[in-house]
Amino acid sequence: MTFFDLARRNVSRHWLRSVLAVIGIVIGVIAIATLGIMGNSISLMFGDMVTDVGDTLVVSPATGVGGGKLTERQVDDITRAVGSNQVIPFASTADKISVGEKEGGAMLYAIPAGDIPSLLEVESGAYPRDTGAGCLIGSELAANSRENGLKLGARVRIGDETLRVTGVLEERGMGFDINPDYAIVVPYSWYSNHYDEDEYDQVIVKVRDVNDLDAVKESIEQRMNRREDVVTIMDTRGILESVFAATDSITVFLMGIGAVSLIVAGVSILNVMLMSVTERIKEIGVLRSIGTRRSEVMRMFIYEALFLGLAGALIGGALSFCAGYVVTAVFVGNPDYLFDPTSLLYIVFGMAFGVITSVASGFYPAWKAAQLNPIQALRHE
Amino acid sequence: MPVISFEHVSKVYPLPAGDVVALDGVDIAIEQGEFVLVMGPSGSGKSTLLNIMGSLDVPTSGEVTIAGNRIGGMDDDDLTLLRRDHIGFVFQQFNLIPLLSVVENVEYPLILKGRQNGARERAQEVLEAVGIAASHFTHTPGELSGGQQQRVAIARALVNDPDFLLCDEPTGNLDSKTGTAIMDLLDRMNREEGKTVVMVTHDPRMTGYADRTIRLVDGRVAE
Ligand SMILES: Nc1ncnc2c1ncn2[C@@H]1O[C@H](COP(=O)(O)OP(=O)(O)OP(=O)(O)O)[C@@H](O)[C@H]1O
Ligand SMILES: [Mg+2]
Repeated sequence: MTFFDLARRNVSRHWLRSVLAVIGIVIGVIAIATLGIMGNSISLMFGDMVTDVGDTLVVSPATGVGGGKLTERQVDDITRAVGSNQVIPFASTADKISVGEKEGGAMLYAIPAGDIPSLLEVESGAYPRDTGAGCLIGSELAANSRENGLKLGARVRIGDETLRVTGVLEERGMGFDINPDYAIVVPYSWYSNHYDEDEYDQVIVKVRDVNDLDAVKESIEQRMNRREDVVTIMDTRGILESVFAATDSITVFLMGIGAVSLIVAGVSILNVMLMSVTERIKEIGVLRSIGTRRSEVMRMFIYEALFLGLAGALIGGALSFCAGYVVTAVFVGNPDYLFDPTSLLYIVFGMAFGVITSVASGFYPAWKAAQLNPIQALRHE
Repeated sequence: MPVISFEHVSKVYPLPAGDVVALDGVDIAIEQGEFVLVMGPSGSGKSTLLNIMGSLDVPTSGEVTIAGNRIGGMDDDDLTLLRRDHIGFVFQQFNLIPLLSVVENVEYPLILKGRQNGARERAQEVLEAVGIAASHFTHTPGELSGGQQQRVAIARALVNDPDFLLCDEPTGNLDSKTGTAIMDLLDRMNREEGKTVVMVTHDPRMTGYADRTIRLVDGRVAE
């Protein structure tokens, strides 16, 4: 028989209102944990979608200047501006393609053959040579069009020319530069011949040392945009940072909503505890008269709140796991995100908040109980 | 040295309608082993006197010494520990803890002292000594008769082997036969165990049990 025992018995004596108070905490814990998991899954999803983090600048023609293309000269200027860092100009277009009898449309990326290996990985087959009529196909395009005959070694007709698929690319995910997963990649020389085109859409600058990123950007600005804005420079790291900042604030916002429900739960604990104290004024007087210290009375009531909080946190934690599964599976489409340690941490976080809220709510009633005058408490009916 | 000593003790309750003087310059000395009755009309200050003896309350002025401890300047914790270690209370309304079984109620003061080992055995021993059958030990207080509850309350007061018992109308809620049985029990504890007993009562028949009677009138001791 201890103070904890006494608290436990009082909780179970009034089991109905204890259960109601616990339900409040359970809901609060679930709200914090699942909304946290949801926010976290969104940022995990962004993290997975975006490859090539941080070391890339994408230079595009400023809108309205020069018809939206970059000339060979401008590319040379950029190359000079960035020093020893690699410059990969590319063009893109969409065109009708046919494989055997089948026809369809596809996105084409034209990249100088020598630069392709430093930008894209081949999963099977080989990179096309600069002079030959070879091309690469994106992983998703390959997966979706196999039954149409678009596969390694197939012949693809574009206009009146035929390209042979020399390789299939690895999946790359969504990028800020190019998105080749659903596209065909051809050597720029072939593109230039075929379409009689010698300009580029964009230039990718691979910056070797991430710390130089700002300096390189500045250097391009200096050379290209001295009089008017000829190019705009996109810094993938900067974009990524703002995306992550946005998802972080979504997480905080969602958890804030959860926290509100926990505050409501805290108020109900406060209410139940105040009721418990009021009902037991006489009992507190007796306990005090037979030598129970203020701190011990206080402890007894804090334990009571702790008890409610622990029950709520345990039940809430278990249910959060289920709710988290539903949220990640239904809203984010990938339940694996639930099992990421950063997601599971939100369950622990929610549970801890549940316990802390309960104990904090029990503090004032417990303090009130401890401050009662023993004689007046004894006289209480 | 007396186990309880009051020197010029006064207790004043300041009220908006004017001060209420509950005790007015009371001098009392109670020796170890005495059985003392406190009598007097309603409102004469009997309960106030007992509360101060029990360190539940402190005097407005005067000097109080309880079991060798001067209570002037003690803080709430000191007073509480004084109650816990030296004083046993018995109330008119029994005041057992409804959440606890009979034996747990008696065990409770021992647990407060941090005595887990042997607490149960000691509680059972004292319960048997006050005449509670072992079959009742695990009952809740509500399942017992008034007389039985008061016996349990006396067992709870005695379990810590206090220096004295303070009883505020312990038979006030009992019929006269049960009341007499309780008086016999207290009398036995006084004569056989040498327990000092201070008891407030309205019943003049109780004077036969006591070594002496203190009469209070308007907060003063009347000789
Ligand atoms: N907390 C308090 N505040 C104000 N006045 C009080 C308080 N406690 C007691 N009194 C007053 O002090 C006086 C003595 O009260 P006390 O309870 O000691 O009387 P009593 O002799 O025990 O009476 P009874 O026989 O009715 O129990 C009374 O006039 C009472 O109104
Ligand atoms: Mg009284």
